[in-house]
Amino acid sequence: MSNTSTPICFLSGDEALARCAWEAGLAFAAAYPGTPSTEILETLATYPEVNSQWSVNEKVAYEVAYAAAVAGVRSLYASKHVGINVAMDPLMTSAYMGVNAGFIVVTADDPGLHSSQNEQDNRLVARFAKLPLLEPSSPAEAKAFVPYAFELSEKFDTPVMIRLTTRIAHTKENVVTGERLEKAPRGFTPDPAKYIMVPKNAFNRHLVLEKRLLLLAEEAEKSPLNTVEMNDTTLGIITSSVSYLYAKEVFPKASFLKLGMSYPFPQKLMKDFASKVDKVLVIEELEPFIEEEVARLGIKHTAKHPSWRVGELRPEDMKPLADGKERVLEASTTRKPVMCAGCPHRGVYSVLKKLKLTVTGDIGCYTLGALPPLSAIQTCLCMGAGITMFEGFRKVLGKNVVGVIGDSTFVHSGLTGLVSAIYNLTKGVVIILDNSTTAMTGTQPNPSTGETIKGVPTKQLILEDLCKACGADNVDVISAYDTVGIETLMRQRLDENAFSVVIARTPCRLIHRAKHAQVCFNADKCKKCYLCLNVGCPALSKNENGLIDVDHSLCVGCYVCAASCKFDSLTRPKE
Amino acid sequence: MTMNTTNILFCGTGGQGVLKAAEVCGWAAVFAGFHAKKSEVHGMAQRGGSVESHVRFGENVFSPLIPKGKADILVAFHSGEEERMRSFLKEGGINLFSFMIKAHQKEMPAMFLNTYLLGVLAGYLPLPEAAWLKALEHEFQNKKLKENIAVFLDGWKDAK
Repeated sequence: MSNTSTPICFLSGDEALARCAWEAGLAFAAAYPGTPSTEILETLATYPEVNSQWSVNEKVAYEVAYAAAVAGVRSLYASKHVGINVAMDPLMTSAYMGVNAGFIVVTADDPGLHSSQNEQDNRLVARFAKLPLLEPSSPAEAKAFVPYAFELSEKFDTPVMIRLTTRIAHTKENVVTGERLEKAPRGFTPDPAKYIMVPKNAFNRHLVLEKRLLLLAEEAEKSPLNTVEMNDTTLGIITSSVSYLYAKEVFPKASFLKLGMSYPFPQKLMKDFASKVDKVLVIEELEPFIEEEVARLGIKHTAKHPSWRVGELRPEDMKPLADGKERVLEASTTRKPVMCAGCPHRGVYSVLKKLKLTVTGDIGCYTLGALPPLSAIQTCLCMGAGITMFEGFRKVLGKNVVGVIGDSTFVHSGLTGLVSAIYNLTKGVVIILDNSTTAMTGTQPNPSTGETIKGVPTKQLILEDLCKACGADNVDVISAYDTVGIETLMRQRLDENAFSVVIARTPCRLIHRAKHAQVCFNADKCKKCYLCLNVGCPALSKNENGLIDVDHSLCVGCYVCAASCKFDSLTRPKE
Repeated sequence: MTMNTTNILFCGTGGQGVLKAAEVCGWAAVFAGFHAKKSEVHGMAQRGGSVESHVRFGENVFSPLIPKGKADILVAFHSGEEERMRSFLKEGGINLFSFMIKAHQKEMPAMFLNTYLLGVLAGYLPLPEAAWLKALEHEFQNKKLKENIAVFLDGWKDAK
């Protein structure tokens, strides 16, 4: 994490963007955590001058951060690519309304789906919303891009989108840092025609938006972020983002048009560059965003085979892509992540599996319960869908269905689904896997943890009170390690004609590392049934004699494996 | 240019200290006055999944990822991962996995394995000791810094 006085810095794309935004006088920032964007707000939270927050979801974050810009201070919203989907409603209309002080919308895309449910290309969102789009290719470029983005935002009265990808957000490099430039608040002057989007006003603002886009296109032609490097003119490469660096590595002698401001397109610049080289090649990850424009402009070019629209690019992909070859996809051999030894989700899942329930899942560490041997959840769509898909399943498939959702995800967008399910007379059981943190993205606080992003105590959201207020007939709180109790409770609740919420509450192992005495293995009693291995704990394995080894560096004494053993071979240690 | 870029690939599984080792190496290169890049993926690191970090340094580094077959040195913490990533090594590249085995023979506590391998790595890199020590201090601060420096120097000695 960066520090205001560090003279020499080795920063990630997220940290560099945050640092440069702070230097440019940023006063407000909001986000919901999501890989690979999380460290932007974590870094900003270290600066006392920036009013920063984890909002409950991206729509809220966007609206709060946007409002701060309209109210007159430089502001920033950040999320991963799919977070932008949640914020689309305010985003689309904010393009009509414009800003006041500068407003940056950061989207951190994830080509290659390192940690996401899809790999959508949010450059298309910028085009759809008619927002200017900036694409730095490395952390050090934040130095030029971020202040430019604020100036563009203020000059053209528009939100400006900055797109990072995983390979920029999570790459570190030397970054030259500077001092902070304070910006005086501009204040807010009421202007109904601009800030009240009723049909007549919005129609007029749509005209403003279209005119603005033409002016931005002129700006793109002369933007310092769009650079031409004329070298050998037999090959001219039009590219943007991290693809520029891969292409530069592999084709060092080629001529380049690097689009730092890639939307609106600098059409004249593109045509002019194309006219100076023998052969034009477009290199970009995912969608043929630049390429379609190149085609529209009538520029003869080498197009990438459509197979390259899937997955991220790597330097070794440059040559086959340039040759117009089809992508050869290699099967992934990477080790898949597992829930930690002692993870509280494991006990709940082992019960749901035993009861042979159909489980609608959600997004978080607990999605890992989908992997064998647990294979405990059957769906994972998006944030909040653990509850809404439960409702749909329950009404079609009957009572052997439960929904699971984490505490942070519940507050993010499970709550609305819960209210709707109860309102629409749904029966059955939803389980909140409450590990009291936002674990998958690195243990960020949320409203139910009672702490802000800056570590300041705040009102704690009491999930059981909230669920009761929503109309749940039963709300039970139980330890996630109490597999016997959970099983009894589930059998009871599933049989009732009621809507029940079970809160399985045990803190995440990453924030609460207390260890209990380790589980004991008694070889004499082991019948080699391997039911214990079905709980999928990384601390247990089968040794060469077919017996069970307990990895003492991992076991934390949760005894979920002991509960699964019918022969008392795995037991709690005697007092 | 890429001609004088040094490429080090770190790999292992979540929880082994792979990312910490790469971070120290990146800082050491920065303290030694090089342009450095370090690329990795977060999110799965604490959950036992595959972890890799690409560290590159030189006069001017372009790609954040080491191209396949261009790694000068492979620093592997896990046999399965070593096998998986071996194809990234260039012809004649250096594979430090034998030192991992050596560390196990020395019965070194697991928490120091990454620092030991860093010490070994230092023996193969053109970075001055002062840059390494500064990087270790930057990363470990008061968390067993003295012990880590001792383990690091032990690794460096073994590499010679």
